[in-house]
Amino acid sequence: MANRIPRVPVREQDPKVRAHNFEEVCFGYNEEEARLEASRCLHCKNPRCVSACPVAIKIPDFIERIVAGDFAGAAAKIAEDSSLPAVCGRVCPQETQCEGSCVLGVKFEPVAIGKLERFVADWTFAQTSATGCPSSTVSLRETPPSQVAGPLPLSMPRVAAVSEGQPVGGSSPKRKVAIIGSGPAGLACAYDLAKMGYDVTIFEALHKAGGVLEYGIPEFRLPKDKILKREIQDVIAAGVKIETDVIIGRTVTIDSLMDQEGFEAVFVGTGAGLPKFMGIPGENLNGVFSANEFLTRNNLMKAFRDDYRTPIHAGKKVCVVGGGNVAMDAARTALRLGADTTIVYRRTEVELPARKEEVHHAKEEGIDFQMLTNPVEIMGDERGWVRALKCVRMELGEPDESGRRSPVVIPGSEFEIPTETVIMALGTSPNPLISRTTPGLEVTRRGGLVADECGATTRPGVFAGGDAVTGAATVILAMGAGRKAAAAIDAYLKSK
Amino acid sequence: MAVNDNAMFKILEKKMLNPTICKMVVEAPRIAKSALPGQFLIVRADEPGERIPLTISDYDRAAGTVTIVIQPIGASTRSMVDAFQAGDSFADVAGPLGNPSEFVRMSPEELKAQRVVFIAGGLGTAPVYPQAKWLHEHGVSVDVIIGARTKDLLIYEDEFKSVCDNLYMCTDDGSYGFKGVGTARLEALVAEGKTYTQAVAIGPMIMMKFSVLTCKKLGIPIWVSMNTLMVDGTGMCGACRLSVGGVTKFACVDGPEFDGYLVDFDEAMRRSAQYKAEEGLANGK
Ligand SMILES: Cc1cc2nc3c(=O)[nH]c(=O)nc-3n(C[C@H](O)[C@H](O)[C@H](O)COP(=O)(O)OP(=O)(O)OC[C@H]3O[C@@H](n4cnc5c(N)ncnc54)[C@H](O)[C@@H]3O)c2cc1C
Ligand SMILES: Cc1cc2nc3c(=O)[nH]c(=O)nc-3n(C[C@H](O)[C@H](O)[C@H](O)COP(=O)(O)OP(=O)(O)OC[C@H]3O[C@@H](n4cnc5c(N)ncnc54)[C@H](O)[C@@H]3O)c2cc1C
Ligand code: FES
Repeated sequence: MANRIPRVPVREQDPKVRAHNFEEVCFGYNEEEARLEASRCLHCKNPRCVSACPVAIKIPDFIERIVAGDFAGAAAKIAEDSSLPAVCGRVCPQETQCEGSCVLGVKFEPVAIGKLERFVADWTFAQTSATGCPSSTVSLRETPPSQVAGPLPLSMPRVAAVSEGQPVGGSSPKRKVAIIGSGPAGLACAYDLAKMGYDVTIFEALHKAGGVLEYGIPEFRLPKDKILKREIQDVIAAGVKIETDVIIGRTVTIDSLMDQEGFEAVFVGTGAGLPKFMGIPGENLNGVFSANEFLTRNNLMKAFRDDYRTPIHAGKKVCVVGGGNVAMDAARTALRLGADTTIVYRRTEVELPARKEEVHHAKEEGIDFQMLTNPVEIMGDERGWVRALKCVRMELGEPDESGRRSPVVIPGSEFEIPTETVIMALGTSPNPLISRTTPGLEVTRRGGLVADECGATTRPGVFAGGDAVTGAATVILAMGAGRKAAAAIDAYLKSK
Repeated sequence: MAVNDNAMFKILEKKMLNPTICKMVVEAPRIAKSALPGQFLIVRADEPGERIPLTISDYDRAAGTVTIVIQPIGASTRSMVDAFQAGDSFADVAGPLGNPSEFVRMSPEELKAQRVVFIAGGLGTAPVYPQAKWLHEHGVSVDVIIGARTKDLLIYEDEFKSVCDNLYMCTDDGSYGFKGVGTARLEALVAEGKTYTQAVAIGPMIMMKFSVLTCKKLGIPIWVSMNTLMVDGTGMCGACRLSVGGVTKFACVDGPEFDGYLVDFDEAMRRSAQYKAEEGLANGK
């Protein structure tokens, strides 16, 4: 019986070794392992995994193809609903989505859906880099990359367009759509629109495309050259132009894009990039950083590499405040830079919002977790550098109306954790630059753009999705929102 | 040195203004079109380079160019000045960032009432230029005090002659113009009966700190342009934070200009040295 086979463990770098390098932690399944793991799927009549997937990937169908050894078929199946499988297979919180609903998980371990998705995507990459062109079995074009010609340039070309293999988009002349932001929302929206035959340009404020996938999520979870660059290369191969170093709201405005540059519709996928601080004394001491600064220096600017010039400061001891993916990434980066690292979180481990796998990996690597602990002050030395993090211990109080037990301070529990560096990973909020410079674009009280189910904002022709609308969420939700908006933009332009 | 040839941020002109300070005119049509006095750029010279903030020292909308003036103080600025020639291109130039100078937002009536004095220290001279020029073109009375340690380090004297009412050159050692620092010159001018509605100081933080002290004494409001550390320049990292009136602000999006009376300069100077140890390494890289 299928469910007797235990979940196939995935091969990973030894925690002791990987704590000192930035190579990917997880090696992924090989063909044999993938087929064995795939064979565990029960093929439920009403697959709960599909309804738990934010973009409803036809999970049992792609898994069935893996069992049969038809990996290209599996890739095509996934591509019907997702345009970033190599990324999502690596970073989705599967335990609260597909795998969290897997029937097998009730008694045994759920099918490793994420690892299987990743396997399919990586297999496809391997095929295309081996032959230099898509294998004929890859059903033409949903996601697998069409071509990767020769070695890729070190950084994304500023304006890149590949004319070959331009998708056929019907006979209509190409109408121009602008995408603001090159995170998963923008990439997915651009890719779909290009395939529909639109002339699509992505404008990105930073010097590299990818959004959080580039500047936030570290190399050891999402390799940049091996995975991310190829996903982006795919989008370019579909005909999308990417213009980096353009800050919409500063370099040009949405109004000028529409009035002067002929863009008939705009998609805003600018994410939620503004860091939060706690507002406690000592936050401006030297040695206190936002997780965004720390991760951007390390990932986007590659400070961990000797051949790059951007500096980064970790020191011997680092405290990271927070419990989400951002906190785990900052802590594990600090560890790899050689610091003894502690995570400080005010609730308990059960409430940690990070992916389970990241918490598990962080622990294996030797990161210290101080739960039910809340910072109240950052202490400095006479030179103005961080000396210690003063914290209080918390306990869970009575459940509130929502039934959630919130942490309350234990009186007299103050103590200090000596540290050189404090990294604040407390969540982020949307950047107001676009809403402030675009008349008619309304925002919610929490700073998100007001948009309907399909991404239509309060301004005709302007659509939005991803973290810019929802506040900090997930890659898959951002991608899903981008694709929905692409369909809505198509409908809007056809009716115009 | 890997220089990206296909980039569109081509250096059209390079000129040494004195033995260390270098001026470059760079092709950046989108930025030239929207730049205003007081704004800055983020420049990344090449792939392994840092993103560093540089003031827009001039712009030419018709030619599609922006002018930067660079003083080499560390690895990134030095490599820009030493390794890049006219014809080369920078990997990235992004902007215009930050808020335009407060003057740009004033109504014509408010502007007409202004009598402005700029105090420029060393490299700060270049960023003063577009502001003085803009005010001069808008009919506002502008005096400019330029200070440097010694004569060889003074820059932009000729350029300024045509964009201000009075130009006062000062050197610490008296080798040219007034002997003494810019703030001493300002005190002397006020003692002679000059009156100003607004001062603006741009230069090293220590010089801006002392300009604020002098202006407080003289009762003149003063704006300062805060050259903090930066990474993205768009509000996303907080590297540029400083305390203004006891409240944390981000220099890149809330500034770079702030009310000088409210800025905590000691904190800002301390924060500027945050990567000193690591930058030492970068210099060796
Ligand atoms: C450190 C970290 C780890 C994470 N880990 C996970 C994880 O494991 N799993 C998961 O599902 N999610 C994770 N997330 C969340 C996830 O990355 C985001 O929800 C997702 O990237 C949002 O996508 P987006 O396209 O809406 O925005 P973003 O990815 O934020 O991209 C927005 C892009 O727009 C650009 N931009 C902003 N303003 C402008 C402008 N004015 N003009 C031009 N361009 C602009 C930005 O530079 C950026 O490149 C993590 C987030 C962080 C920060
Ligand atoms: C809004 C703004 C406008 C600026 N305009 C100009 C300009 O027009 N021309 C120009 O030459 N420079 C300008 N600067 C300063 C310039 O960005 C820095 O000199 C540069 O980033 C230094 O990089 P580096 O690698 O060469 O030196 P680093 O190796 O980074 O620095 C060398 C030493 O200087 C210190 N340092 C670094 N940056 C600063 C700073 N901003 N203030 C004080 N000390 C610092 C470091 O701690 C270190 O000790 C501006 C800065 C800002 C924020
Ligand atoms: S430079 Fe990053 S927020 Fe100002």
